[in-house]
Amino acid sequence: MSPPNATPNHAAPRLVDLVDTAQVIVCCGSGGVGKTTTAAVLGLAAARRGRRAVVVTIDPARRLADALGLAGIGAEAARIEGDWPGELSALMLDAKSTFDALVERHASGSDQVRVILDNPFYRNISGTLSGTQEYMASEKLFELHEDPAYDVVIVDTPPTRNALDFIEAPERLSKFLNHRLYRTVTAPSRGMLRAVNAAAGTVLRSIGRVVGSEVIGDAIAFFQAFEGMEEGFRSRATAVTELFADELTAFVLVTAPRADSVAEARFFARRLAEDTIAVRALIVNRMHPPFGDADPEPDEDAIARLADTDGGAALADYHRARADLRRLAAEERASVADLAAQVATAALVYVPSLATDVHDLAGLDRVGDALLEG
Amino acid sequence: MDSTQFFTASRLIIVAGKGGVGKTTASAALALAAARTGLSVLLVELEGKAGLARLLGAEAVGYDPVPIDAGPDVPGSINARLITPDEALMDYLADHGLKRVGKAMVRSGVLEIVSTATPGIRDLLVLGKIRQLESEGVADLIILDAPAAGHAISFLRSPAGVAEAATSGALHAQATEALALLGDPNRSRVMLVTLPEETPVNELVETAYSLEEEVGIMLGPVVVNGAWPHLGGLDQPIEQASAAAGARLGADELASLASAGDYRRERCALHAAQVARLTEELPLPQLSLSFVFTNTLDRNDLSALADDLLAEIEALDAGAGSP
Repeated sequence: MSPPNATPNHAAPRLVDLVDTAQVIVCCGSGGVGKTTTAAVLGLAAARRGRRAVVVTIDPARRLADALGLAGIGAEAARIEGDWPGELSALMLDAKSTFDALVERHASGSDQVRVILDNPFYRNISGTLSGTQEYMASEKLFELHEDPAYDVVIVDTPPTRNALDFIEAPERLSKFLNHRLYRTVTAPSRGMLRAVNAAAGTVLRSIGRVVGSEVIGDAIAFFQAFEGMEEGFRSRATAVTELFADELTAFVLVTAPRADSVAEARFFARRLAEDTIAVRALIVNRMHPPFGDADPEPDEDAIARLADTDGGAALADYHRARADLRRLAAEERASVADLAAQVATAALVYVPSLATDVHDLAGLDRVGDALLEG
Repeated sequence: MDSTQFFTASRLIIVAGKGGVGKTTASAALALAAARTGLSVLLVELEGKAGLARLLGAEAVGYDPVPIDAGPDVPGSINARLITPDEALMDYLADHGLKRVGKAMVRSGVLEIVSTATPGIRDLLVLGKIRQLESEGVADLIILDAPAAGHAISFLRSPAGVAEAATSGALHAQATEALALLGDPNRSRVMLVTLPEETPVNELVETAYSLEEEVGIMLGPVVVNGAWPHLGGLDQPIEQASAAAGARLGADELASLASAGDYRRERCALHAAQVARLTEELPLPQLSLSFVFTNTLDRNDLSALADDLLAEIEALDAGAGSP
């Protein structure tokens, strides 16, 4: 991939360097582009290169287990045994148990833990409703990053837009905890003025008409029970935001060459750039082969000629097969070119479309070889 | 079965599936096909990618409905709109004489806080708006291009979640109404979309059972999108095909054509195997859409897909896909 005149100091960035040095690798991209397989491949490659890697998926679909050949992946890291010098573990995010653990860590005593875990509002937000997953994913990422048992944490994020929620989750949590409303409803136990509380009561009653008064009641009870814990949550949120921006955290953008996936990838890269986060590698999966020259025209000419030729139908089908693939390949290359220019400083790797899905470690190794040679 | 009967079996069709399987393409092709049977169609988009609008050759779609060109001599019509939670909430509050509260909620950031704390609320607001459109009969058929698989389940589960969390108030009423819509096969059904590939088929089967168990919504036929069309001539070896045509091709050219032919044949066989597996694992009728060898579908491609779809629907057993 390096241009011929590159000097060692300005060599093109390589994916293998990220695998060797990054402490956190975040795989992002739109749905169906092979993010999960890529995360598993990078994890295995890191283990092969002597690092202790843990792969975490927050995708509710259980594809990572498939790719790693595990029967299933639980909320606890499971070791995958193999003949590599490093280590490889995998886990699937369980938002509720992560949240519970977080409460237990920051609470002042078992009474506070019990009040919070039993609160209906808490049970609602910590369960399966969309959104909480993203908060807890960033929390889990941080927890694994801090764990001395691992050198590198590789995260498989949900499709683009939810992945943005994932990156922005810690900041939103901070904003939430700093919000005037939050501070007001928790005021009674902070000894703030009663008058402030009365005004807040009016606002809350109005909201209660819409969302149901017991939701408000449960929420207030929850926030009051939360008393004293928000500092822990807030500092954690700040730490996670800093971790995302750290040099040792690498964002890897995964895409397919389809126009819609590329458009999503470009959108995502722009959003990361707004947060001054650089895309460190661009992986383009599922490229179709052009079988030589990517120009479909000679094949189309041949098909036209063969239409008037006796016995030409079968050969015309061969030209059709090649013309179809060449047209597709040419369009794919064109659509990826602009994206590649947008993230010009990223390591760039193309992976050919595989006939079958990756089922086992050998399959992951094959993709890994293709990725790291790029 | 009769295509009009198919499209009028329920007023709401929710098109769902794993990311990247072609939900938006399937939604657009369904809309074009339904319009050809004379129905007025409302296409609803959620994510704001404007993919649907671009696909149908329209300007960006916003909250207000935009007319879409359904094609020449088409008796029906298509409108498209994008429904966002914030706008759905404002509409809802205005309808219930609570406009001022709504404005205050948005302005003070309270809405953001409440929806951050109870994420299901955002999904419910959107579903509630769709429920309202369905009840008002704004179109003969509403087609919803739903979020990707895992999120489609939490999206459709949001009324149950919110109804449990809020046992009174306007939101509870909203949730109850949405539950009634999703539970009635004469009003709504889900059409799942998949590629004829291993992982998407696995996820489709998983999603189908989750939707049935956790949401209790009726499942219509599955759309199998992107099967590569079979080319019969590839069953002859290249040498034989070349000789039959009286062509004199060089060894390199023969090898190149042979490898392109092999690639095509292998993909077709893989797709056929996955379709067979899907048939075995999920007892739902299938509608097949052929793969188009381009990176960007245009209106002609979509029109051809709508033709395919109508032919496939006509070929379904009577009663398939309706309650």
